[in-house]
Parts: sequence; C-alpha cells; structure tokens
Amino acid sequence: MSRIAGCFEQLKAQGRKALIPYLTAGDPNLETTLSLMHALVANGADIIELGFPFTDPTSDGPVIQRAVERALATNTSLKGVLETVSRFREEDDTTPVVLMGYLNPVECMGYQKFTDAAVASGVDGVLIVDMPPEESHDLEEIIHRTALDGIFLVAPTTSDARVSYICKQSSGYVYYVSLKGVTGAGNLDIESVKENLARVRANTDLPVGVGFGIKDATSARLISEIADAVVVGSALINKIEELDASKHYSREELQRHIALIKEMREAMDA
Amino acid sequence: MSESKVLHGEYNSPDEHGHFGPYGGIFVGETLMPALDELNRKYAELKADPAFWAEFDYDLKHYVGRPSPLYFAERLTNKLGGARVFLKREDLNHTGAHKVNNTIGQALLAKAMGKTRIIAETGAGQHGVASATVAARLGLECHVYMGVEDIKRQSANVYRMKMLGANVVGVDSGSCTLKDAMNEALRDWATNVDNTYYIIGTVAGPHPYPMLVRDFQSVIGREAREQCIELTGRLPDTLVACVGGGSNAIGLFYPFIPDESVAMVGVEAGGHGLETGEHAAPLCTGQPGVLHGNRTYLMNDENGQILDTHSISAGLDYPGVGPEHSWLKDLHRATYTSVTDDETLEAFRMLTRVEGIIPALETSHAIAWVMKEAPKLPSDHIIIVNLSGRGDKDMHTVAEIEGMTL
Ligand SMILES: Cc1ncc(COP(=O)(O)O)c(C=O)c1O
Repeated sequence: MSRIAGCFEQLKAQGRKALIPYLTAGDPNLETTLSLMHALVANGADIIELGFPFTDPTSDGPVIQRAVERALATNTSLKGVLETVSRFREEDDTTPVVLMGYLNPVECMGYQKFTDAAVASGVDGVLIVDMPPEESHDLEEIIHRTALDGIFLVAPTTSDARVSYICKQSSGYVYYVSLKGVTGAGNLDIESVKENLARVRANTDLPVGVGFGIKDATSARLISEIADAVVVGSALINKIEELDASKHYSREELQRHIALIKEMREAMDA
Repeated sequence: MSESKVLHGEYNSPDEHGHFGPYGGIFVGETLMPALDELNRKYAELKADPAFWAEFDYDLKHYVGRPSPLYFAERLTNKLGGARVFLKREDLNHTGAHKVNNTIGQALLAKAMGKTRIIAETGAGQHGVASATVAARLGLECHVYMGVEDIKRQSANVYRMKMLGANVVGVDSGSCTLKDAMNEALRDWATNVDNTYYIIGTVAGPHPYPMLVRDFQSVIGREAREQCIELTGRLPDTLVACVGGGSNAIGLFYPFIPDESVAMVGVEAGGHGLETGEHAAPLCTGQPGVLHGNRTYLMNDENGQILDTHSISAGLDYPGVGPEHSWLKDLHRATYTSVTDDETLEAFRMLTRVEGIIPALETSHAIAWVMKEAPKLPSDHIIIVNLSGRGDKDMHTVAEIEGMTL
C-alpha cells in the first residue's frame, strides 16, 4: 500500500482527518525547508505538500508568489527539491510527501528522469497545477508504472461530467479547490464546499482534501467536519515569510514559529 | 503530419484538443477548464454561423476601415535595389495596428456569451487600446493588465486606454512586462470567471485562443493574397512579419500555408544580439516547454525557469510564442530569424524617411529583415511585409534614445 493510502487508512481507524500543510521548497532556503518539514510533522501534519518553484505561478496569489520569488532568489531547482526529500526520508520514512508545482520544470527535466528521481527520493504523489487530466497522459503513463500517486484538482466550476472524469484519473486523494480564484484569496463558503464535496464523493471512494481559503484553527475544524483532509498553504507561508533567510533555526524554534499548525491539529482532533 | 501533407493542402491544425502537432493544448488550473470549454463550444457554434461572420465583416469594414491597402513601396524597393516590396497596411486600421481585428472578433464572442466584464493583457498597449475600444463600443467594463516597465515606455497608449474608460492595472511582479501581465490576467480570470471574458491579444494562451485569434487575424492574409494577385497577377514569393506572440505573422501566413511556392519568414526580437542572451527570440534559441496554457518554444534556463527577456519593443518582449509557429517551424513551413534593436531602429528611421510611414518598433523588425535580404533578391521577387502597426506610440522611446525629451 502506498504511504498516502496507508496514512488515510490509519487516520480513518482513529476517526481523525488529515492535516496537509503546503510550503514552497526553498523559501527562504532548502536547509530551512528541511527543518520546517520535520517541524510540521512534529506539530501534527499528516502529509506534506511540497511546492517546487516556478517563475510564473498563474494559479497562485501574492503570498505564494512571494514565496516562489524567495525560493528562486536562492536558485532552488526541482533537482534540489528532490534532494531535500531524500534528506527528509533519512529521518522520516512514514510521512507522505506530495510534490506540487507547475509543469515546465518537469518537462525540462524530462518525464522519465523526473519520475525516477521522485521515486528514488521517496516522493509519494505528484500534483501538477497546470496539467489537467486531458494533458496528463504521457506523464501519468510513466507515473503509473511506479507507486507514485497522481493527484488532480476539482474546482467549484468543474461540471459533473468532468468531476467523474477527474476522479477516474486520480489516485491517492482528490484535491477540491474550495473557491474560484487563486491561492490565498477570499473566504470560505462552507455550504458551497459541502455541496461540491458531495458531487466529488458521488464519483469516488478516494479521500477528498479541501484547500484554498483555510486560514486558522476555526476554518480547519469546519472543513475537517466535512472533508477527509484539510490543506493549508498561504496562512502557513505568511508565517514562513517572517523568517530571516540568513539565520539558522532549530527545529524547536520553527515548531514554535509555526504553532498555527499545532492549533489547527488540536482544533481538528477536539 | 509530414511536410508534404502540409504543402499539399492537408494542413488542418489544431486538432479538437487544440494541438498543433506536439504544441498547443490546454495547460491551466482546473478552475479555468470549464470556462475554456464553454468558450470552445460557443466559438464552434458561431464559427459555423454565417451571420456571425457577416457581423464580423461588417464591423471590420465600417468600424476598422478594412480592407487595408496592399501598398507597393516603390521608393523603398528602388533604394534597396532588389525584390519588390509591398506593405500590408495594418497601421491604417482604427486604433493603429492589426490587434483590433482580433478584439472585434472576440468582442462578438463576449457579447454572445453574455459576459459583462472584459479583461486583457498588453505589452505595447496596442492590444490594450484595441480591447478598451471594443469594450467602450459595447459599454462593457474593461481592465487591462500591463507590466509597470511597459507602462513607462508606452505611456501614450496607457493614456489612450484611460480615455476609453479602461482601468489599467500595473503589474510589478517578475520582469514587469508582457509575460507578467498575462500571469495577472489569468489570475483575474480564475477569480472572476463567471462574468468575465478574457480577450487574449495574440495567438498564445490555452486552446481555443491560438485558433480563434488566428481565425480573426487571417483576414490579413486573405486580403493580401487577393490584392497581390490583383496588383501583380500572381502570388508573392516571400511573406515577412515580426513575431511577438505571433498574431500578425499568423494572420498573414495562414491563408498561404497550402501555397507551396510562398516562403514565410517570422522575425523575432534579437535585442542586444542572440549571443548576449538579452533578447526575446524563443523560436531562434529556445526549446519546447509549457507556459501560459500551451506547449511551445520557450526561453527558459536549465531548470525550466522562464528567463527574463529584452527587446526595444514592448510588444515583442515575451519569452514564448504562439504554438502554431512552433509547429510551422518544426515542419519547416516557415522560418524564423531575428534582428537586433539597432537594426530595428535603423529600419524604423529608414521607412519613415523613404516612404513617409512611421512603423511601430515591433513592425520595424520585419522591415529590418527586408533591408538586409531584399537587396540580395532578384527584381521579380515579391515580398509582402506585414506592416502590423504605426509608430506613434513609440515616439517617447525613440526620442529618448536620440537624447531628446518630448
Ligand atoms: C504593432 C504591433 N506589431 C506586432 C506586435 C506583436 O504581437 P504579435 O506577434 O501577436 O503580432 C504588437 C504587439 O503589441 C504590436 O503592437
């Protein structure tokens, strides 16, 4: 069983929901990212979505755009991000890691080379934001020969027919984007999320995660009542933005700095 | 598809998924997929409706002022002493460039889809002006995204857009030019997708944009083909156009694709010279990748990060290019080359003095190619240059280079 499936199975047995933080690798540098990954797990994260930077993140709002700029300022490459996952695996062999980003760095590396490197470094899933299932055939074919999960997005605008199509292409979990817009925007409309989750669940037995617009312990708890996983991105990155790129932080310091994740965890488990 | 099939009239791109060979397609976040699907279906429906094209033609004739002349540049021809040079006068269109052909067409689509809000990206400001113009004519709200670098160098067009009632939104991320304006427009669209129509200004972006912008711009080549036969009794030998995203080039080229004898040359922005890396010539120097919704030749580094570009002309200052050009390049149906900023300025001055036509700096790239190549060609060789726009908007840039303030 894949790490992702195992993780959801275990959580289900415990009657808990998954907490999935997103962070941009290399923000402010890869050393800190590695420590942050461990700190996130210590604070109660179940799965880590690790963004690899791209110069033109068209689905992201200002907070993640700035994170990407910081990551690129230290020349963070996809190769460097994969190496960071390998280093994370030296200490943590259980927490699933999902790579998330835009297609061009992957195309540039080559699909086969990327997939081999992802497997070798201990990545569990891949989510390419600007690669809808229609355009995913070549990459998915290679990915599906491995244990990697291919994760896709469903949006509020997605038609029923497309929901069904996307669910068929997905493995690991389905990621429901809770609002129209870019990351970090707007406010959650729980009723609309509820209705849309029902549309997704009608098409799949996979766990369904919800992301975009989850900012604090309260919204995390609300979403955890209706979804299998809660994804938090911009709110975490706002905290990471406060870090000083030239400083070395201990894991304990980082854990305290991102107490937000712990608060979310506690609210979700309460 | 093999080259011979292209030449034998079987060129039929894109396929139903928007692919031009390996290029094009739809690479966007899920939120926009349904909107593109809706646009694709609406366009397919209208494309088959003669009334739609009748309205398009009516607007082009009475509002834009088409057909644009095909002008024999006799003094230029004599001065260069080689091929006969004809200029397809898109600069004479309402708003001063070819861009309006496309915005007229897309405005009809927006209207048919019941959208109340228009957004656009712009580099040189010509597409922004053309979008603001059609929005004013339809009484629609209009927001134009423009890099802050371009706002500086194309201030005259910024003011025109404001006069037309558009909201010009400065974009200060990345390189602060056309690429970044397009990023921001895509973000706006994902946020306001219900009521918003995104008028993309060139043959780039996700399917169906490269196809529908091409279809609207093809009026250039259809007219030029007829006019050339009328004026000279035969087809031209060479077509030449500048290539930013590639809409004026494809507009001229497309109707000639089956005409085996007609060579097509796209001129990219060579900036300070290809060897300096400071240019905007993805077809000359790049490799295939994915940006702004399609797969195409791009300028990126070894890690797939998009590179900063440089061109004297804001409208060509873009690291990608329309996917159909990538396909025409691979098929060897068109060839792509570049000229430098300096050669462009020289061509700008020359056309102005010799023919009394002030071309846009974008357009001047195509003229620069003609200055280099026409003298080498025989006097019975016919070149058609797409004179894509007029240079009024560039007075500030050129004056500054010449050390003057206006
Ligand atoms: C006059 C003119 N020509 C050419 C271009 C380049 O665009 P495209 O390559 O899509 O024709 C522009 C863009 O702003 C323009 O204003």
